[in-house]
Amino acid sequence: MSQQSTTRTLRVNGEPQQVAFAVHHSLLEVLREELGLTGTKHGCELGECGTCTVLIDGKPVLSCLELAAECEGRSIETVEGMMQGNELHPLQSCFADLGAAQCGYCTPGILLAAQALLAENDSPTRDQIVEALSGNLCRCTGYHKILEAIEWAAAQLRGDDQYQPPDSAIYGDPLPGKQAADV
Amino acid sequence: MSDTVHADDEEGPVTSDQLRLIGTPFRRVDGRAKVTGQTRFADDLSFPRMVHMKLVRSTVPHAKIVSIDTSKASAMPGVVGLLTGDSMPDPFGILPVSQDEHALCIDKVRFVGDPVVAVAALTEDQAHEAALAVEVEYQSLETIATVEEAIATPEPRIHEYGDEGNLHKKLSMEFGDVDAGFEEADQIFEDVMYFEGNTHLPMEQHATVALTEETDRITVYSSTQTPHYLHRSLAKVLGLPAARIRVIACPNGGGFGGKSDPFNHEICAAKMALALGRPVKICLTREEVFYCHRGRHPVLMKIRTGVKKDGTLTAQHLQTALDGGAYGSYGVASTYYTGALQTVTYDLPKYRFESIRAFTNKAPCGPKRGHGTPQPRFAFEVHLDKIAHQLGIDPAALRMQQLVKPDSITSNWLKVGSMGLGKCIEAVVEGSGWHQRHGKMPEGRGLGLACGSYLSGAGLPIYWNHMPQSGVQLKLDRSGGVALFCGETEIGQGSDSVIAAITAEILGIDLKDIRLCVADTDLTPVDLGSYSSRVTLMAGNAAIEAAERARTLVARGAARKLDVPARELVFADGRVFHGENPDHGISFQEAVVEAESRFGTLGTTGSYTPPRSPGRYRGAGVGPSPAYSYSAAVVEAEVDRETGIYRIEHVWMAHDVGKCINPAMVMGQIEGSVYMGLGEAMMEEQVYRRLPKKRSDALVHKHPSMLEYKSLTFAEMPPVTSYIIEDPDPNGPFGAKEVGQGPLLPMMPAVANAIFDAVGVRIDQVPIAPHMVKQAIEAKEKGKPGRFGPKSFPEIDFGVPLLVPTPAEGGDGKAINIEDAGVRDGTGTMTERKDAVKGDN
Repeated sequence: MSQQSTTRTLRVNGEPQQVAFAVHHSLLEVLREELGLTGTKHGCELGECGTCTVLIDGKPVLSCLELAAECEGRSIETVEGMMQGNELHPLQSCFADLGAAQCGYCTPGILLAAQALLAENDSPTRDQIVEALSGNLCRCTGYHKILEAIEWAAAQLRGDDQYQPPDSAIYGDPLPGKQAADV
Repeated sequence: MSDTVHADDEEGPVTSDQLRLIGTPFRRVDGRAKVTGQTRFADDLSFPRMVHMKLVRSTVPHAKIVSIDTSKASAMPGVVGLLTGDSMPDPFGILPVSQDEHALCIDKVRFVGDPVVAVAALTEDQAHEAALAVEVEYQSLETIATVEEAIATPEPRIHEYGDEGNLHKKLSMEFGDVDAGFEEADQIFEDVMYFEGNTHLPMEQHATVALTEETDRITVYSSTQTPHYLHRSLAKVLGLPAARIRVIACPNGGGFGGKSDPFNHEICAAKMALALGRPVKICLTREEVFYCHRGRHPVLMKIRTGVKKDGTLTAQHLQTALDGGAYGSYGVASTYYTGALQTVTYDLPKYRFESIRAFTNKAPCGPKRGHGTPQPRFAFEVHLDKIAHQLGIDPAALRMQQLVKPDSITSNWLKVGSMGLGKCIEAVVEGSGWHQRHGKMPEGRGLGLACGSYLSGAGLPIYWNHMPQSGVQLKLDRSGGVALFCGETEIGQGSDSVIAAITAEILGIDLKDIRLCVADTDLTPVDLGSYSSRVTLMAGNAAIEAAERARTLVARGAARKLDVPARELVFADGRVFHGENPDHGISFQEAVVEAESRFGTLGTTGSYTPPRSPGRYRGAGVGPSPAYSYSAAVVEAEVDRETGIYRIEHVWMAHDVGKCINPAMVMGQIEGSVYMGLGEAMMEEQVYRRLPKKRSDALVHKHPSMLEYKSLTFAEMPPVTSYIIEDPDPNGPFGAKEVGQGPLLPMMPAVANAIFDAVGVRIDQVPIAPHMVKQAIEAKEKGKPGRFGPKSFPEIDFGVPLLVPTPAEGGDGKAINIEDAGVRDGTGTMTERKDAVKGDN
């Protein structure tokens, strides 16, 4: 296999990075191995699991299927770029608080796919979230906490401070015959 | 120094009057790292001069290795190292009784995917290219694909050990006079059921990085659930003293049991690093993860139960046949587990259990979430649904009328503590509207009920010893910060948060003032690993002991300063104060300064060893647990009669967790278990096919990719109503029991039972594919039995049963017909046991 190298300037999380890499390497490999941005994970390297999702020009893309050499001049966003200063992005804090990240391995990809969705639609329905994320697998959570976290973050991002995730997401459903307050 | 005291010298301080952290939905301690990409999984590590390793894996399922030619590979660009099996002749394996693996195969290969050669090169691409250039010549042997073939083909043997031919394990045990139990019955029910194998599919592919520090000192970072057991295997195969091997388990990107064995790639990476003197990394491809497997055993089962007219169970005879794959793994324990927990949910006064595990030329099976118990649980719960239907008894009532009593001993000598199954059943029955809707919904719509139970940690370690199964060490100093050292491994379940929360609760400090150091065999006290749902209970109890000792020391320091007896001090909200006068106090940090001034450097330890189980027969080591969790589920299904396609509309799940340490995390485990159980019920299967004769006749994995190995996506996951039931167990930390595995168990039978309620047909196997439902419906329409499932169970000589009288029969927990049966379980040898118990009273 050719080990021919190329040097490109990639714009990652708003910062230009001049980087040399094997010309056949994927964006996933270049992010992780050349730029040290290991927040982007991989689950199959075949475009099947959604784990390596990053944003290119605002759109979710599987970085394992994208040639890094073709990303010059495009805006690449990874999980490392989500925080605002030392503050978590609302999606990040809602995921952390609800336990939407268990092992956390699929989390970066899901956060970015959700970020792309919320950029287009600040009040997505549950079905719209499901559709936007149906290419991302998670083996830990059963998906519910992720949906609840995205709905909570969407509310925060659109300035709805009254919104709270349902108690049932945290404490379980009230036992039959009891009111939520009794639990 | 006369002022020196031991923590236990004097009665400790009282705890805070109420729990402040335990039971609240606090953010996980690793939550921020996980949402920012800062968590360092094994493949995220890299070191200067690191090289990359690949394994050359067998392309044939069963063969002698005739020759290995690495000459072309070694001349490839960038290649720096090659290993073959002769460099690591010592075998290894997770259980002492099945040390049947080699880091690289030496004489023969046993399944497609068995590793033969390791290649290291400067880049991953170069290692990959070189691996392709390795030439291995094989002489094919007859292959075994199924349990039936293993029974019919004793020669050639896949392994030179095992109970008989290609049967790895055979066992037969009888608790009480089972024949008399069947005679008491008014009716005997019999079913044959099948549970297909499936795999863990963790999102993270296994990865390992090994690096040397001295010529004979090595550090191994790995995505392992069991750093302690990996440590032991490395010492054995590398021939190094364990003290010179450091294993660090990185946070696992999902485990589910799939990273519980020591693996070839871990040992090869260490060996390669020792050979090259530079860091070596290997990250498996997704295809290789399917070959590592160690997942759910395919199990064929025959279940016979004697039942009185009123539904009372009088006796059960369960036979299981496990398809083990090519190696032992945890298989001997898995074999016992396909019978051990049948007794902990409903009274089963007499019980006979017989089982075999066969070697086959497929990827090795092992422990997956529920380890060996979901298969017989599926059989039992579907069987009960049929019994209830035939007797005209409500399935929920049938179960409720014979629940195992709390604080009792089962017929197979398992000690049950708290038992919240009744409350679980009541919750899901009420929540789902069971009484109004079960059996009464329109054609095509149905409800199914099923239950389950699981261990909160196995009662015995994998190798015999009398040391603690979990240890915690605390270091406190004048900063007010507490460093917590524990060998437990975070695999996503939240174990770091559990031990930190327990420690913070007892010391009355903020979670952020605790610094964790976990899963590092050099630095942390031994914890056996994240398997068998053991960490909350065992590491949690160790943390309680260490934290209470620390609190006593700090209280003694503060007592002098505050002029209040230590036992009257309360630790809460970052302060130490007089319980009767909360304003009279000092900060926790000031109190630590007082204690450090008085006693010198501050540190405490805590450890946990489970209570001894009453069973004393051979095999009694598998099944005991300090506490059993309980779950009940109702599933609502919508079935299309024309196509057999069904959807799960809703799931109601109730789980008895004893006590929530963190309800948000408990909810996550419940929902994750429902998800994974639905996957097993509906679609997940690790299955094989034979290539045509002209194309090698090899037995290959049917679909080693995430696209074709079907699992639920966001789109298929139904709504879940979850009820957390808290029936505290005296053995649990703050009463807590497990939640990581138990709620998976009822899902598969509940789906099958819901399909029956919807369309009146029985699917006696999982996963339930639409064509099975369609065929059963068509059969029923033609007047044949409306059933899809295995037709028969093979004739097997299980050998002479071990006869163990039950507690009700006045037994003492021992077998009465086999000499020196002792308390051997499937996981240790008699010699080890005798060595371990020398000097034991």
